[in-house]
Amino acid sequence: MRLEPIANPTVTRTLSLPLLALTVTVFVASFLAMLAGANPFSVLGLIIDGAVGSKFAALETLNRATPLIFTGLAVAVAFRARLWNIGAEAQLYAGAVLTVLLGTGALAWPSGLLLPTIAICAMFAGALVLLLPAYLKTRFGVDEVVTTLLFNFVVLLLVSMLLEGVLKDPMGMGWPKSARLIPEARLPRIVEGLRLHWGFGLAIVSAAVVWMIQTRTTLGYEMRAVGLNQKAAQFAGIPVNTVLIKTALLSGGLAALAGFSEVAGLKGNLTLDLSPGFGYTGIIVAMLAFLNPIGVVVSALFVAGIFVGADSMSRAAGVPTYIADIMLATALLLMVLAIMLTRFRIVRE
Amino acid sequence: MEILDILISASFWTAAIRIASPLIFATMGELICERAGVLNLGIEGIMVVGAFAGWMTVYSGYGLWTGVGVAMLSGMLFGLMHGILTVPFGLSQHVVGLGITLLATSLTYFSYRLALPEVTSPPKIEAFQPLPIPILSEIPVIGPALFTQTPLTYLAFVLVLVLSLVLYRTPVGLALRAAGENPSAVDAQGLSVSGIRIGAVMVGSGLMAVGGAFLTMSAFNSFFFEMVNGRGWICIALVVFGAWKPSKALLGAILFAAFDALQIRIQQTPLGANVPYQVFLMMPYLLSILALVVMSRRAEVPAALMVAFNKGER
Repeated sequence: MRLEPIANPTVTRTLSLPLLALTVTVFVASFLAMLAGANPFSVLGLIIDGAVGSKFAALETLNRATPLIFTGLAVAVAFRARLWNIGAEAQLYAGAVLTVLLGTGALAWPSGLLLPTIAICAMFAGALVLLLPAYLKTRFGVDEVVTTLLFNFVVLLLVSMLLEGVLKDPMGMGWPKSARLIPEARLPRIVEGLRLHWGFGLAIVSAAVVWMIQTRTTLGYEMRAVGLNQKAAQFAGIPVNTVLIKTALLSGGLAALAGFSEVAGLKGNLTLDLSPGFGYTGIIVAMLAFLNPIGVVVSALFVAGIFVGADSMSRAAGVPTYIADIMLATALLLMVLAIMLTRFRIVRE
Repeated sequence: MEILDILISASFWTAAIRIASPLIFATMGELICERAGVLNLGIEGIMVVGAFAGWMTVYSGYGLWTGVGVAMLSGMLFGLMHGILTVPFGLSQHVVGLGITLLATSLTYFSYRLALPEVTSPPKIEAFQPLPIPILSEIPVIGPALFTQTPLTYLAFVLVLVLSLVLYRTPVGLALRAAGENPSAVDAQGLSVSGIRIGAVMVGSGLMAVGGAFLTMSAFNSFFFEMVNGRGWICIALVVFGAWKPSKALLGAILFAAFDALQIRIQQTPLGANVPYQVFLMMPYLLSILALVVMSRRAEVPAALMVAFNKGER
């Protein structure tokens, strides 16, 4: 068999294949839930109900989507330039550490000054974490997939060390957690009384800014050119390595904002379980959005909905919670296949 | 001085070879995939599957070797999935690999929870026991280190030998290497590039799963979450370090394991007590990164690694 490009894919083809991918995902989840002793026909309903069925559920989904928008953007920006940043998890924690360093009383400034300062410093910390793998790639040709993956482990151990050392909360009863942020360093809620903080607003703004950078600036054009064909970009006079480094700084900074927003908006302190893999899930979010920054917002909401919904479903129906990850992995693999098949047809030899 | 004492002790080298064994299986598995032109980032998840499948088989009352076989088959199944998606369909090897890792890991954890819902501490199994080889095992230092290991460790070393022979001395090996260097030439010979690549990914994934199974069946004797703990990613670094050659990759794995065994022992010395334990745990990962930097200049990457082959396309 071989693949042949389709010149003008029909609307039916473009829409039906991704829809089929999602249907199969739901089918797989229902089958697994049945194995776990639940009623397979109630699964989809329970997930939807758990994700958006009540005001509380919907807010939970928005809260869960917030870090995923940031990490999804970080991955989308990097992957577009073919910089394989698998280290958003590490960059997220770097941002979180900076937030705690500056937000627990080191700077006694009013909110309006303190929050932007922390956010910018957090972005620098995240950018720095990705700068090293990016430098190793451009300078020595070291594959960044492996280095960013390995740095995730290094940074997590570093955070663990800090939480048992200088960042340890003296009032924490010996638990490895940081002190709480001062009130001025907390992101306020968007609407008083509703559990949703301004981190979500910042995420939406970031998506818009990334979209602007990608479509309206020279850097955006260069990043796309480098991603499409490095040799051609080089030939056209684009400084490929500089563009890759700039991409890394932007990507690392975005991932760090996830850490800032989780600590300053949601949790108020830093623990080792701040992120249940938001960095890795960002890859799924970005891929489902075809690396489009506006699409990242939509797909982050979708992925967050699956997490929150599947969590609530698994509690209600007694199914192991890992079903959410299974659904996401299945959706990811089937979706990239479906997208490819909308543009190519299989020809038998 | 203390470090020197450690380095000449037999127990240190015995531990180093034991730590190296799962890495050898998985590194050879990844090497086969990459030599055929496919980067397999599913390795981390496939090792988790292998660890669980082998352990669960033995826990259910079957023999140890049956467990190894089941682990291998389950790895091959995920390899088949990876191969079909990346080879004939030509999807991004990065995305598919990470997707396979997530799928394999979450399916394993799901199955574990289904199989043992009530268990708080995971049950142990009767694992592989050390099998001293007569005469050879009595050589000082080298004897206990190399010849008083479990059968799976011996198998790991045999595997490297067999793989070297197959890769460089047989038509199958030639075809596999060519698929990773110049797939058009393979196609012109009337061989199927897709067939070779899918086959390589399946066999490679099977070996990764055996590497995972080593952890539950020959090291920890039990299955717990997060037990693979980045070993798969380290193996990918080891393949680069070994310049895509089985013998060099073997050397890399042993060297790496020796450092790992050393850091565990230094932790217990007075010197180590003053350093946070996380610093020692970081070492393997930092070492892998360092190895990548050092070797990057000399590495001969398979020319068609991560390049999809679509027949009739130039």
